[in-house]
Amino acid sequence: MNTPVKCRVYPLEGYLPEGESLQHQIALRHRKGKVWHWLFLTSTIIGIIVLTALLYNIIDQSFGLVVVQNQIDPETLAINGVPLENLTKEQLVSILEQYVSKGVMRRLESEIPFAVRDWENVYQLVQERVIRPEIVLTWRLTESILHRNEIAALVAEQYPKGKLQFRAWINPDFIRGHQSSVPALAGVRTAILGSLWVISITILVAFPLGLGAAIYLEEYAKDNVVTRFIQTNISNLGGVPSIIYGMLGLAVFVRALEPLTSGAIFGVGDPATANGRTVLSASLTLVLLVLPLLITNAREAIRAVPRSLREASYALGATRWETTWHHVLPYAMPGILTGTILAISRAIGETAPLVVVGASTFVSLDPASPFSKFTVLPVQIYQWTSRPQSQFRHVAAAAIIVLLLLLLSLNSFAVLLRNRYRRSV
Amino acid sequence: MGTRSKKEETAPRYLRKRRRVRESLIQTFLYFCAGVSILTTLALVIVLGEESWLFFGSHEVDLREFFTTTVWQPAIGRFGVWPLVNATMMTTTIAMLVALPLGLAVAIYLSEYASERARSVLKPTLEILAGIPTVVYGYFALTFMTPLLRAIFGDNVVEIYNTASAGMVMGILILPLVSSMSEDALSAVPRSLREASYAMGATKLETAVQVVVPAALSGIAAAFILAVSRAVGETMIVAIAAGAGPAFTFNPFKAAETMTGHIVRISGGDLSYDSIDYNSLFALGLLLFLITLTLNFISRLFVERFREVYE
Repeated sequence: MNTPVKCRVYPLEGYLPEGESLQHQIALRHRKGKVWHWLFLTSTIIGIIVLTALLYNIIDQSFGLVVVQNQIDPETLAINGVPLENLTKEQLVSILEQYVSKGVMRRLESEIPFAVRDWENVYQLVQERVIRPEIVLTWRLTESILHRNEIAALVAEQYPKGKLQFRAWINPDFIRGHQSSVPALAGVRTAILGSLWVISITILVAFPLGLGAAIYLEEYAKDNVVTRFIQTNISNLGGVPSIIYGMLGLAVFVRALEPLTSGAIFGVGDPATANGRTVLSASLTLVLLVLPLLITNAREAIRAVPRSLREASYALGATRWETTWHHVLPYAMPGILTGTILAISRAIGETAPLVVVGASTFVSLDPASPFSKFTVLPVQIYQWTSRPQSQFRHVAAAAIIVLLLLLLSLNSFAVLLRNRYRRSV
Repeated sequence: MGTRSKKEETAPRYLRKRRRVRESLIQTFLYFCAGVSILTTLALVIVLGEESWLFFGSHEVDLREFFTTTVWQPAIGRFGVWPLVNATMMTTTIAMLVALPLGLAVAIYLSEYASERARSVLKPTLEILAGIPTVVYGYFALTFMTPLLRAIFGDNVVEIYNTASAGMVMGILILPLVSSMSEDALSAVPRSLREASYAMGATKLETAVQVVVPAALSGIAAAFILAVSRAVGETMIVAIAAGAGPAFTFNPFKAAETMTGHIVRISGGDLSYDSIDYNSLFALGLLLFLITLTLNFISRLFVERFREVYE
């Protein structure tokens, strides 16, 4: 090479440092190297610090001291000494009639007749409408621990009737409870069930479609213009923001295919709510959203299967499908399943497309079919977070814990599944 | 089928290729599966195109006003897209200011400095950040980052909803994307280049910054551009923490609504089909789609370039 090499120009041009100045310069360079080493390490640690802060913040918000005031003491509602929890449904209804105005009773009756409601539901109504426990003040976990005495003094002074108690916002009642406009009674049950419904249908549709496309591209497709077009197209779709999929779902599944997604063609849809904003629409939207990711993951797993396996199968006279089904797929399955679960955990956390598709803001009944109205955990978290009352922040934090636990268990399931399959192949 | 080759005709019957119904049925199904992606793209283009056409075709809107004015108030028929685009650019810029330097530093650390053991701990931990749902980040921005900013800069400077906290948290969300893509590019640089640099007496830092990073530059650029695209399309963080209501402001401590935030807020309410509001969302969607598509395309060009050099 005769092109002149550009070098770093040192203070004295054309003069290489030697002796003491060389030593000095080397020491300087090494010091600089050390400083930057620490800077790089710090950047990495910052990421971990933020992750810790995020988890800390959520836990901090989901536990803490609260002041509760009941409008009516539950002990005064006991009938003949039988406490409220042991009363029959009829007795509870009569309590309701006693305390709640006729108009409200009529509205409740027209929503769902009392004859149809179960005990749990009526009990919750009594809690909400009659006893009306009201949380008047809340503290975060760290505040509650560090300033316990000051808080107690403040409560004794300002809320003599109130009771100071430690509340875990995430508790069995929260998981089992239905939605409510009172933060302390709000539950996440319909959202969990909604998430499970939506995700199950998404898997049922997306898995065969994605796997089929991956098999086609890896085992069948010739390297031609059409194939390359499909490949580019899939990677382009992978980069489309999720909210755009929501708009696609709104226009196609909710509007254009409304008779299908509301269940009207099957005659099973609920005519009162049949407007296409159903579990099925949400699932199909998510299917389109996760397909690119699923296909890419499955293709990588299939590509990792050694060529010799296929050759051996062909040599024995197997057809292409027999080779794929009996030899390639079992070998690639751990990878495919892991990839699928990764794609699904992305779908579970998706919020924006489902808000656009039309998750309901208030679902009081469990979803019962693909044609039910739906809400899902992340959408519920979004709604609670965007409410002005600060207590819903605590409720949202509790729901976030549920969501993260769901994701965690799904991912550990993926690891288990992979290990199991790996042993059997 | 009249002109069969002679060879085929003379071959014994049992050696001829049989037609297998099951095989071809399966193949058709597989072909359909692959075709779904094309159908999706077609549907996307048709839906976004059609509704945007209706929007720009209506007498209340004209294209010039859309791209040049700075008031977005559908209620009084003002559709200037700049407040939304400006807010999107602000959150994206802030996110990039966080994600790019941090992401690159993390990538350099993991690929050049970290021991095998440190890597095996640090990398999966950072990847957890990418797996957390974005709505959780939105919550984090609103309940942690915003109070933190307000404590630092004062309550009357920082509004409750502001683009700064949304952007910073978005930067953290995107960090793993930048770091893992950049790290791939850095590790693709051949070992010989590093050895040569060490042989010339360069320190580790000099090798990393003056030899390895320049050699991996197109891969790093690809990561950066993809990160920008991700930030532009990110929705939940800005919907929760950046503010509700379009505002044309360059102050990162003030509330402003991004394109994605606007789409989510409007479509979350009761929206009647075939109204100008409904159509306007699709026009925004089309704009968003075109921006991200272009960015992704450029990013892929860069990736292909660095693949060419070292593979």
